[in-house]
Amino acid sequence: MNDTLPIEVTVNGRLRSFDVAVNHTLLEVLRDDLGLTGTKECCVVGECGACTVLVDGTPMNSCLMLAVEVDGSEVMTVEGLGLEGKLDRLQEAFLDEGAAQCGFCIPGQLMSAHALLAQNPHPTVEDVNEALAGNLCRCAGYQQIRAAVLAAVQGGGR
Amino acid sequence: MQSFRYARPTTVEEAIALLEEHGDQAKLLAGGTDLVIELRNRWRQPKVVIDLKRIEELRPSIREEDGRLVITAGTVMAEISADERVRRHFPALVEAADTVGSIQIRNRATLAGNICNGSPAADTAPPLLVYGALMVIAGASGRRRVPIDEFIVGPGKVALGAAELVTAIELPIPEQPVAAAYTRMTRRHGTDLASITLCCGVDATGTTRLAYGSVGPRALLVIDETGVLANPAATDEEKAPVLKRMFSAASPSPTSMRAGPEYRVAMLPVLGARALRTAIERLSSTK
Repeated sequence: MNDTLPIEVTVNGRLRSFDVAVNHTLLEVLRDDLGLTGTKECCVVGECGACTVLVDGTPMNSCLMLAVEVDGSEVMTVEGLGLEGKLDRLQEAFLDEGAAQCGFCIPGQLMSAHALLAQNPHPTVEDVNEALAGNLCRCAGYQQIRAAVLAAVQGGGR
Repeated sequence: MQSFRYARPTTVEEAIALLEEHGDQAKLLAGGTDLVIELRNRWRQPKVVIDLKRIEELRPSIREEDGRLVITAGTVMAEISADERVRRHFPALVEAADTVGSIQIRNRATLAGNICNGSPAADTAPPLLVYGALMVIAGASGRRRVPIDEFIVGPGKVALGAAELVTAIELPIPEQPVAAAYTRMTRRHGTDLASITLCCGVDATGTTRLAYGSVGPRALLVIDETGVLANPAATDEEKAPVLKRMFSAASPSPTSMRAGPEYRVAMLPVLGARALRTAIERLSSTK
């Protein structure tokens, strides 16, 4: 038992080994220790989804997990979506549809949508609604966000 | 966040030894969707957090054993609703698991944690009561099984000793099909605690098992053996007084911000009749 523990975690495809404080959440470690500030802190009670990341391909609220819990796992954040400055099809579709207003919830929306499409390449409107139900948008841009996910399915992005 | 020590046992015995050592200074961490919030808000201030997820025996798994489905303590809501055997034998549990939080929460929150947290609004409590689930409890002196109706005590309280933990929840696969349905009342769909949770099950002998929560300190199970409720030919007027009696123990909080007590009491028989109709339809389609 220590106040810090060494962990090994693959973040956006890159294996990293480092020490984390045992009382820090995954969200805190991503933002403060690794400088990956795309993942947002908002409600910190698991209701808004702004902190959504994929752990071993599964969307989870990074505010509700201790960083030590992901030891040995693969974590994907919004920074892992595009490659070398090129946006992925979902990000392109969000831009095309005007789905990002203030933008704060968008990293979480993108990660939930990414997980949906990885599991279900041809979702219905209901599938999209359910997959994104854990991501709140204070701008209430839900129609554009849903349209963007469906557009990414059809067009495959630019 | 407040500081604490973190322990990651790899066996149940090791976890029990840690509990014996630290007593009420220790808290168990399974999915963490309740505990991490409690830690951040300092509602709980344990010296040691014991993470159960590296214990092989508790790893997510659902297996069939001697006519029972055994759901290990590490199994999360999403795994429960994806399992074919749970879907076939215990559809009301799937309906309840599917309403918990959001997808992000269901990928993390465990069934065992939902019960051990002791919330009167726990979505999975009513179906587990209706299906007669057993809690498998490990302590220094060995393993024991406790019916969930005896395990749930009150808000934040379950019948778990200081150095005990739940290793699994078992669901006996009934020889006579029990058809059940789950329903809930919330302010909005998704990411909301329920103002009423309710599960109704009927079987071919005419027994109706009704469980409801979020309208008192704990989820309650009531059983009707008159056959009136389960009878598809009985009229709504005949069923209404029986149903009303089954909800007589409801005592919703007058101070809850989710719904007033009068509204909850008025809605109980409405939800009850709805779930009962679905359960009867399901029973007739299994014959």
